[in-house]
Amino acid sequence: MTAVQDPVLPSLPRVYRSRAVVELKEFFRQREAVVFTVMLPVLLLVVFGAVLNFDLGQGVSFTQYFMAGIIAAGILGASLQNMAIGIATERSDGTLKSLSGTPMPRSAYFVGKVVQVLVVTAAIIAILLFIGGVFYGVDLPSGGDWVTFAWVAVLGSASCTLLGIALSSLAKNGRSASATVTPFALLLQFISGVFFQFSEIPSWMQTVAALFPLKWMAQGLRSVFLPDALAAAEPAGSWELGRVALVLAGWCVLGLILCVRTFRWQ
Amino acid sequence: MTSTPAAAALRHPPEPLDPSAAISIRGLVKRYGDFTAVDGLDLDIRRGEIFALLGPNGAGKTTTVEICEGYRRRDAGEVRVLGEDPANGNRRWKSRLGIVLQSNSGESQLTVREMVAAQASYYPDPRDPDEVLELVGLTAKAGARGKSLSGGQRRRLDVALGIVGRPTLLFLDEPTTGFDPEARRQFWSLIRSLRELGTTMLLTTHYLDEAEELADRAGVIAHGRLVDVAVPSSLGGRETAPAVVSWTEDGVRRSEATATPTALVRELSRRFPGEVPDLAVARPTLEDVYLQMIGEAR
Repeated sequence: MTAVQDPVLPSLPRVYRSRAVVELKEFFRQREAVVFTVMLPVLLLVVFGAVLNFDLGQGVSFTQYFMAGIIAAGILGASLQNMAIGIATERSDGTLKSLSGTPMPRSAYFVGKVVQVLVVTAAIIAILLFIGGVFYGVDLPSGGDWVTFAWVAVLGSASCTLLGIALSSLAKNGRSASATVTPFALLLQFISGVFFQFSEIPSWMQTVAALFPLKWMAQGLRSVFLPDALAAAEPAGSWELGRVALVLAGWCVLGLILCVRTFRWQ
Repeated sequence: MTSTPAAAALRHPPEPLDPSAAISIRGLVKRYGDFTAVDGLDLDIRRGEIFALLGPNGAGKTTTVEICEGYRRRDAGEVRVLGEDPANGNRRWKSRLGIVLQSNSGESQLTVREMVAAQASYYPDPRDPDEVLELVGLTAKAGARGKSLSGGQRRRLDVALGIVGRPTLLFLDEPTTGFDPEARRQFWSLIRSLRELGTTMLLTTHYLDEAEELADRAGVIAHGRLVDVAVPSSLGGRETAPAVVSWTEDGVRRSEATATPTALVRELSRRFPGEVPDLAVARPTLEDVYLQMIGEAR
């Protein structure tokens, strides 16, 4: 039997598109996932924006500060939490095993997941910006800030996606992944400057937070949403954008190595 | 009793792999720690046949099948599935297989039709998803989500996912476990209609009637070894096995195994003036020979 007689295997782009459609349907039709991942950050913005609308100085409201943090937390939820729980579930219920028995190119599975993360992340950011801008008077970024916004969001989302895929291999099933990753993410949010000003967090907690990507995402996004005068309130006295890029890129590399080493199809 | 691959090779002088077979296995060994799940297994499955692998739980059926599917690595022996070593199976090779795993497919938010269509998109020459749903009897459920299906319907969905890629070889691992008798009969007729399409099938089951109903040939596996391969009606020498004639004489139940039951009954009818009390003539059922085979292998 020669390759000429055989029908041609479907092209990579075709299978990628098919997987992307599957992943988007799987996410947006699952009410719990949509509520947990998309609506929770939105509700937190609504509540915090209404309750903690105090002045940080320089005429900047806490809501403006919180905007950066809640977007970072939204990215974390759409990538790290979503991947860790979703993939652990698909591994324990046999979905991954079934897929690996088909001629689907294995890269297609990850492409589908990345598309899912990107679309969900974009949806979260758009809704948060809309609500913040329209109802809470949050000043939206302008000019070159959009560039910073874009690379922080992309690098942060990439590092957390890879980390989420790696974490999924540690869990026995989706439920145990959720039970481990959700409190971890919540704790990380508390010490990374999402709900409180990072400068008010004890320095040892700041050090712990600085080990993980969320703190750096939030810091990078603060440079986008806050006037540069407030950079003085940061631990280093500046936005440290170079270090933000370095740490997030470092987590991408580490996350990728962990994924390649630990990923199991069954 | 412990056994090494070398000892297994001594028991069965190795024949070369059969390249024309759908599946050809020689001296297959798989261990999990100290436990030897497959212990020197030889098997050839011809193209176009339905082959049933029978055996109790833990006998090594699923391990053998999952090695053939490329899911597990063997510790020793040679395996060819559609002419290729499953340990190196590429996309093209996988596109010629259909796999129905022992456990159901996972929860999904997709509809039945969307699932089958997505599966079809991975294959070079898929069947039409709607025709496949028609074939497995799920047309009425095409728009339903997977979680709303009954156990039998879910298994039909698994078969639909397994055949939509137009496989040359279909694996069915305990496809009807947990079915009620009616669902089982419906499933059997589905499998028989797949036979019409010329698909080779390797079916594992612990239901003897299933093997007898569906399979062209059946193999009995016990403790990781194949103890017999035959058409189901002659498995374990059943068709030539002695019949057991039993009757009651002087208030005592008596029975005698004989190759010539008619002669024995004739003699009994001379011994008794009227009816022979409680006369019965029994051939061993498939279950009898099966239980004997898996018992002897112990």
